[in-house]
Amino acid sequence: MSLFSIFDTAGSALDAQSLRLNLVSSNLANADSVSSSSDRTYRARLPVFETVLRDAHGRRRETPGVRVRAVVESQAPLRKEYHPESPAADRDGYVYLPNVNTVEQMADMISASRAFQGNVELINTSKQMLLRTLALGR
Amino acid sequence: MKLDQAFGIEPRILDLRAYRASLLAANLANADTPGYQARDIDFQAALDQTMQTGFALAPRVTNPGHLSGSPSGAPFGVRPLYRTPLQASLDGNTVNTQREQAAFLDNAIRYQASLTFLGGRINQLRLAISGGR
Repeated sequence: MSLFSIFDTAGSALDAQSLRLNLVSSNLANADSVSSSSDRTYRARLPVFETVLRDAHGRRRETPGVRVRAVVESQAPLRKEYHPESPAADRDGYVYLPNVNTVEQMADMISASRAFQGNVELINTSKQMLLRTLALGR
Repeated sequence: MKLDQAFGIEPRILDLRAYRASLLAANLANADTPGYQARDIDFQAALDQTMQTGFALAPRVTNPGHLSGSPSGAPFGVRPLYRTPLQASLDGNTVNTQREQAAFLDNAIRYQASLTFLGGRINQLRLAISGGR
């Protein structure tokens, strides 16, 4: 019954979108974490989505789900500001700030939460369809 | 009259509608996946094809090496088609979320309509069997 596969497909999307939301929250929380060297500064983390074309048994899935293939760090340049009073300042008085773009992250958050809602809606509708099918002929 | 004829076209419609729902759900799940191509079936064409082939008996698959009768689980050998995107996106994804959601809802309501018709037929049969008692 292909209606059951919707739970699988939409469930995988819920998984992927919630990881995306988690990454957004991590990025926003660390948006102002200063550090004294560029290699120890937090970099924005981004999920890379991928279609799941085969199931665990290696069979081709007719209705593919989604998964997070990898979490990559943004390659955008870090911000460098002059704050000699900061305890994290380096010898020349500079601190390094993460390359998190707050506006971009907020937009990403809205996109992820809408996608999440949409998939929950999908599961609810499929549930109703299945329950009504079960009640057929009663 | 055979029993499967008594139910008419509705069971086939339900099968196709359920299949279409799972295709649209996959589109929505992959709304943010780079390079994903949205798919759907031409419902009218699929139904016509179904009426021609009828309920063909599919061979049972007990081993992953077996070839299934219909391509990859689709009912009646229906082949999904790729959607033409309304607006091309830079990452190659062709899913338009609003459109897919509308199509899913439309499909779900039609599914429930078919269910209601089928339920009515079952009640008719019941009435005929019990002789109105």
